[in-house]
Amino acid sequence: MSWINRSLALLALVFSVTGAQAQTVGRTPAAAEIAAWDIDVRPDGQGLPQGFGTVARGKTVYAENCEGCHGVGGIGGIKGGLVGGQGTLTSNHPIKSVGSFWPYSTTLFDYVRRAMPYPAPGSLSAADTYAVVAYILSLNGLLPANGRLDAKTLPKVRMPNRDGFRPDAEFSQGYIP
Amino acid sequence: MQVPPDRNHVPSVRPTRRNMLVAGAGLALAGPATAETLADIPDRAPGAPLSGHSERSSYVKLSRIPEAGPGMRHVDPADAINSKAPLQELVGTITPSDLHYERSHSGVPDIDPDVHRLLVHGQVERPLVLSLDDLKALPSITRTVFIECTGNGWENWKAADPTLTVQNTHGLVSNNEWTGVPLRILVDLVGRSSGSTWMLAEGGDGAGVARSIPLTDEIIDEAFVAYGQNGEPLRPAHGFPIRLVTPGLEGNLHIKWLRRLKFGDRPWMTRWETARYTQLQANGTARQFQLRMETNSVITSPSGTMKIKPGRNLIRGLAWSGHGRISRVEVSTDAATTWKECRLVGQALTKAQVRFELPWDWDGRPTKIVSRSTDDAGHIQPDRATLIAQTGTNALFHYNAQQTWSIDLSGEVHNVLD
Repeated sequence: MSWINRSLALLALVFSVTGAQAQTVGRTPAAAEIAAWDIDVRPDGQGLPQGFGTVARGKTVYAENCEGCHGVGGIGGIKGGLVGGQGTLTSNHPIKSVGSFWPYSTTLFDYVRRAMPYPAPGSLSAADTYAVVAYILSLNGLLPANGRLDAKTLPKVRMPNRDGFRPDAEFSQGYIP
Repeated sequence: MQVPPDRNHVPSVRPTRRNMLVAGAGLALAGPATAETLADIPDRAPGAPLSGHSERSSYVKLSRIPEAGPGMRHVDPADAINSKAPLQELVGTITPSDLHYERSHSGVPDIDPDVHRLLVHGQVERPLVLSLDDLKALPSITRTVFIECTGNGWENWKAADPTLTVQNTHGLVSNNEWTGVPLRILVDLVGRSSGSTWMLAEGGDGAGVARSIPLTDEIIDEAFVAYGQNGEPLRPAHGFPIRLVTPGLEGNLHIKWLRRLKFGDRPWMTRWETARYTQLQANGTARQFQLRMETNSVITSPSGTMKIKPGRNLIRGLAWSGHGRISRVEVSTDAATTWKECRLVGQALTKAQVRFELPWDWDGRPTKIVSRSTDDAGHIQPDRATLIAQTGTNALFHYNAQQTWSIDLSGEVHNVLD
């Protein structure tokens, strides 16, 4: 590995010599530019937008945007993964659904916002994203039929498999607070 | 154990008596396009005009195969989730760019580099927007590394389909020369805060694939934002115009169509580091952030669905490790009973593939052949029983057990578990 360190040391030298010029590389983004791209959501809720959504509204959003691939009520579609599977993780055919496997509710919001619906990712409003997330959680028995979600309540939905993950020490000790 | 061979010494190729007999038998079975004597070779003649782009010979058929997951082969390309490299057809160590394996989560975007930008922000002093030209103006590195999907080998967790080729079993790994800007330079440019210990890397594809990457010294020193692949701009399937390269780590971390790097103090727990790319163990818990690709190897010839003849055969294959450099590859031709050290062809590089070869005289009796690699950190590729004892059979990802090929009386080669 020493050749890598040597190469990097040399690069650092080259770079520091041209440091004055390097300061001009790229440009500073406007705050609004960053905000428009800053779509990630963490388990502590950082990154969740304003607004709210209800399970009832989510059922409509789901029917219009999700049912074609994920099936009615999350069952029978060409793409599964939304419901069921509790109690299967030690079987020979584990079913890793949102309800049986996903450790964080915020991950569902993050994923729907960045990647769904598949043909038009990012097309749902914040309110409709909260709504469809609420509906999918309700399908798993994690929200009542009259439930609603916002930036404060979503991170508090505790997923059944929250304690089912073991981060490898090499990449977590001293890195995961 | 045999005395380790001199790696610079190319063994002689004196034919054995049996080899000559087999060659003689071949004469009687001559097919349509053979050259039994030099007089049969066609006359020389002027060839095709020169062109701006050289294509493969019309006699060479090389292709990846799109697949959709374990056991889901021969799918419509629209339903495929990955495309596997034809390891059985390749020589040397560099995978041709168009044959490099691919895993794409929302197709291959058609990106105009003039309207592509990299945003670097989060816990930094100076957030930056960089264009491709900006990146190319910075000092570069060039490095040959393997990239491997964590799903490589996943066909054999529970059973071995005897109809599989090595392309089916191990085609989700490739080895390319990549050129780009060291992450260290970008980190210094934006002034990462001392508290930011993670970096979210996000792609510009429809899925916006995003992974949290711990900023270990190794990763800051070795990762880079690549714009070059085997001497030319990246292919679209591999992230044009820019992708992250994280040598030795999961293929999924090598974010393609990179458009955002965000620094923070904890992982984001994206879908791809929770619901996917975690390894379910026998007890129902899942290993997470198992980011390093393990010590691995596979015999590419003879391999699944090939047919060999008794006599001299040349066993060849590929070995690689995310821990470092491959220091040794051994092959057993008697079902893992005894082992011989192979010659490594050319120089083994750290976190890159190396080719190995071993001449072998097959006596015509059914047997099994298998390879195992060792890296310079001392890791030895496990046999299947050891891997399964540690993880169970539900992990789906990170299968690096020794690959066994059985050879039957007729010389046919088949995929088996061990």
